Amino acid sequence: MADFLMPSLGADMEAGTLVEWLVKPGDWVKRGDVVAVVETQKGAIEIESFQPGQVEKILIGLNSKVPVGTPLAQIKTEAEGKAAVATPPPAPPPYPVTPAVPPGMVVATPVPRPPPVAAAAASPAARRLAQERGIDLSMIKGTGPGGTITYADVEQRLGAAVAVPPSEPMEKKRAIGLDLDAMRLAIAAAMARSKREIPHYYLEHRIDVSASEHWLAQRNETRPPESRLLMAALTIKAVALAAHRFPAFNGFYRDNKFESSKAVHVGTAIAIRGGGLAAPALHDADQLPLDELMSRMRDLIQRTRAGRIRGSEISDSTITVSSLGERGVEALYGVIYPPQVAIVGFGKTVTRPWVIDGAIGPRPVLAVTLSADHRVSDGHTGALFLAEIGKLLMEPDNL
Amino acid sequence: MQQGTARSETTEMTYREAVREALRDAMKRDERVFLMGEDVGRYGGCYAVSHGLLAEFGPERIRDTPLSESGFTGAGIGAAMVGMRPIVELMTVNFSLLALDQILNTAATVRHMSGNQFGAPLVIRMATGAGRQLAAQHSHSLEGWYAHIPGIKVLAPATLEDARGMLWTALQDPDPVIIFENVMLYNMAGKLAANAGQVNIDKAAVRRSGRDISLISYGGSLWKTLEAATALAAEGIEAEVIDLRSLRPLDDASIMASVAKTRRAIIVDEGWRSGSLAAEVCMRIIEQAFWFLDAPIGRVCSEEVPIPYPRHLENAALPQAPKIIAAAKAALGRA
Amino acid sequence: MTVSTDKPHLSRDHMLDLLKQMVRIRRFEDKCVELYTQEKIRGFMHVYDGEEAIAVGVIPVLEKRDRIVATYREHGHALVRGVPMTKVMAEMYGKQEGCSRGRGGSMHLFDAATNFHGGNAIVGGGLPLAVGLALADHMQGNNLVIACFFGEGAVAEGEFHESLNLAALWGLPVLFVCENNLYAMGTALAISESETDIQHKATCYRIASEAVDGMDVVAVEAAARRAVHAVRESHKPYFLECRTYRLRAHSMFDPQLYRDKGEIEVWRHKEPIVRFQEWLQANQMIHQDDVSRLESEIDAEIAEAVAFAEAGTWEPVEQLTRFTYADPAVPTGR
Repeated sequence: MADFLMPSLGADMEAGTLVEWLVKPGDWVKRGDVVAVVETQKGAIEIESFQPGQVEKILIGLNSKVPVGTPLAQIKTEAEGKAAVATPPPAPPPYPVTPAVPPGMVVATPVPRPPPVAAAAASPAARRLAQERGIDLSMIKGTGPGGTITYADVEQRLGAAVAVPPSEPMEKKRAIGLDLDAMRLAIAAAMARSKREIPHYYLEHRIDVSASEHWLAQRNETRPPESRLLMAALTIKAVALAAHRFPAFNGFYRDNKFESSKAVHVGTAIAIRGGGLAAPALHDADQLPLDELMSRMRDLIQRTRAGRIRGSEISDSTITVSSLGERGVEALYGVIYPPQVAIVGFGKTVTRPWVIDGAIGPRPVLAVTLSADHRVSDGHTGALFLAEIGKLLMEPDNL
Repeated sequence: MQQGTARSETTEMTYREAVREALRDAMKRDERVFLMGEDVGRYGGCYAVSHGLLAEFGPERIRDTPLSESGFTGAGIGAAMVGMRPIVELMTVNFSLLALDQILNTAATVRHMSGNQFGAPLVIRMATGAGRQLAAQHSHSLEGWYAHIPGIKVLAPATLEDARGMLWTALQDPDPVIIFENVMLYNMAGKLAANAGQVNIDKAAVRRSGRDISLISYGGSLWKTLEAATALAAEGIEAEVIDLRSLRPLDDASIMASVAKTRRAIIVDEGWRSGSLAAEVCMRIIEQAFWFLDAPIGRVCSEEVPIPYPRHLENAALPQAPKIIAAAKAALGRA
Repeated sequence: MTVSTDKPHLSRDHMLDLLKQMVRIRRFEDKCVELYTQEKIRGFMHVYDGEEAIAVGVIPVLEKRDRIVATYREHGHALVRGVPMTKVMAEMYGKQEGCSRGRGGSMHLFDAATNFHGGNAIVGGGLPLAVGLALADHMQGNNLVIACFFGEGAVAEGEFHESLNLAALWGLPVLFVCENNLYAMGTALAISESETDIQHKATCYRIASEAVDGMDVVAVEAAARRAVHAVRESHKPYFLECRTYRLRAHSMFDPQLYRDKGEIEVWRHKEPIVRFQEWLQANQMIHQDDVSRLESEIDAEIAEAVAFAEAGTWEPVEQLTRFTYADPAVPTGR
């Protein structure tokens, strides 16, 4: 018994619809006899049998569309049981043949030659970030194709490991993601670049912070230690508000021009055990209520010291505040962190003789300094800026 | 070369004359070589390239044809297939479109399609390019189209040495070679070594060494590119100028060596911008030299218009030195 | 086989040979149709049913050193010329044992050993090529005949006119053989040519030409002898229009909406194998035994060719770009 199959009639024929049988079971057919009519996209085509014999059984109904190769009828061969008159098609070759494509048709694309790696080969994006941040590319080990340096590699070098996604608690216990040596090198490069490129000018202002201290004491009286406000929160908020009012100190100097930022993200210098230093941003510090600012600062400090700050927290700062706290000196003159244009420094509060209403009395005095980019601002504006900070700290209700 | 001469002899020659010398030399050295095309004989060649050759070699070998580009190009292919070495001259690339079927469907395919039983070792020469106010149908630069086709080779001689030397090498090649002669170069005069001979047809050449940017070009645009490089030097920008010479196959190694050095590239191509040969070179640079780049790759091509007739519009449509200079400076951030 | 005199050779052996050659083509084509429906042969395939008398009448008259250019309907021409059937079938399958390394398929059979310069998928594309082969011969002085087969559809193409003009103008030894089967795919001659007398067009180019009944293998052979002799002696082109008919569709995938079934039936009664066989039998030049014998010889040869093709191998993919250029070192775009 031989199957009569739906024939392939063209390169783009995949299926056909049988619309008419010209033979019925019992009819004898010769090789070449037309036995049916098939409707195709081009029109109706008569199909012939290559198998002589007697039609045994029709397998398919009319008007059904079937793929090429589908059995349509069975034909009992003339000499059933003897070798067929027409040579049956030989066994197909032992290839895993897909119907339309000869084996091996998919061209094996050669593996692209790895591009030759230039010294410090880095992607354009990586280079730009490195330039902005003053990173020396030759210090970075690249993880891109062929060992090239990618944007993420430079971010990593800035001292921030990638933040752990919350859905992976397994990641919680991991080694500190900080490479202190690399951090030092990055800081060195950035500071050197800053001094090389930014014309710094310096101003100092001393503020009587008794009002702030008093205000804090009142606030904190009824609070547990972990939710007490610190002076640091007040100083940061004061700088943030002042920066909002004096945009010449809040923004980035890039491509030979200054672009002030509407948002105020205060970079907070945080010392890391072992000699590291980072200044991640408190975003929108000018708009944060003090309590929230405080808790965010706590969070930042904790994460920074654990090596878990995000790259954006490093790169978003529009102005930086640095404070040496109680163990520091009276005045701190910072180095601007490019591409920012200002850094405000707070020394330690010292009790000094002060003149109030013509009389001399002891007062807590805090020295606040401004190091600013003389390409963007001058001493006059800087003085106003510092004065504003002072004013805010003397009227803490406004913070 | 004679002993004791301080420098080799040179002669003053035009590009046209250099091509003519190449033809004469080939015809004399190999009797299988013959030139066939419209007006190559009695007229002396549309651009006077074959002037005088009919008298020297006779009408069998300097063969005037009727205006049957497809017919005589196919004939050249057939003759090459069985032992001759025809040089088919298609008057310009504009008319070559009538022969495109024979070039693409016969010449380019026959070796691969016949399983290496037959090849078509002919040379086809065509004039190309704009600049003579010949308007839209006579101003095409389709080298990029031809360079797209596997099975043929495509050359663009831009210097006298190459005009003189590429033809013989091309005739030795067992595969079809198309040589593009830019119409603006025929009158170009210069010095050519008296013993100038065949040159390679597979390497690009550094026409000017530089360290700040690679200007990559070919054919008629090469000279505008060199002009731009001179102007850039006056502003402290040292451009390296690469003459591609072979458009198919492209000499990737030379291109990448230059870009690795300069980190910037501009491609100057008289074809229309979209889908141009410049786009191909640009992509190869990205594939092979991405990590060296310090600026986006630029290109200066023809504006996407049918080339117009009035001079000021034609000039505005074609690549010019000021555009090349501007592109180079933009790449260096010195707009 | 070649024939050296101009007179029709009506010996029994020769007649049997002519019949066998035609039947061999017919059965080969029939097998190809069957294999195509089974997807063993793919792409486009055009069979020669009804036109066998032309290839069989013309090609054996040529000498081995002569050259042939044909069309995409060239299986019969390749077989008569002597391209081994095994290699033709393997080529149809796409196997590398095929005459074109499997790369060409049905439309691109090439064989350098028999000076068979290919099928061609571009209508009219082979004519300039034939002119070139003849031009080379003109220059090399070997006194060849270049036989160029094409359908009447090619007459509409510019390349037809350019080629005839060049051959006549330069005196080139091309034998133009127009296989006029009345349809260019689905376009009837009457609706595509203002002048349907095709051999007359050749006379307008000052080419000696004649028309012959393409269904009569003896007449075709006699005309071919005249033509080949003329070309070789005069070194000028000759145009032979063979009037024939295509019994099957243009290609496999063709519902033949453009012609009447009745018309096909009429021609089926005039087709060359039926006519010749009946004539031979009526004149008692052959017997049914002869026919049965040659049919079984042919069937055996076909079976062997199919087995050869089935057992053939696929060209390794790594060889894909090989022979794009003669030199494998030429970069191919990577």
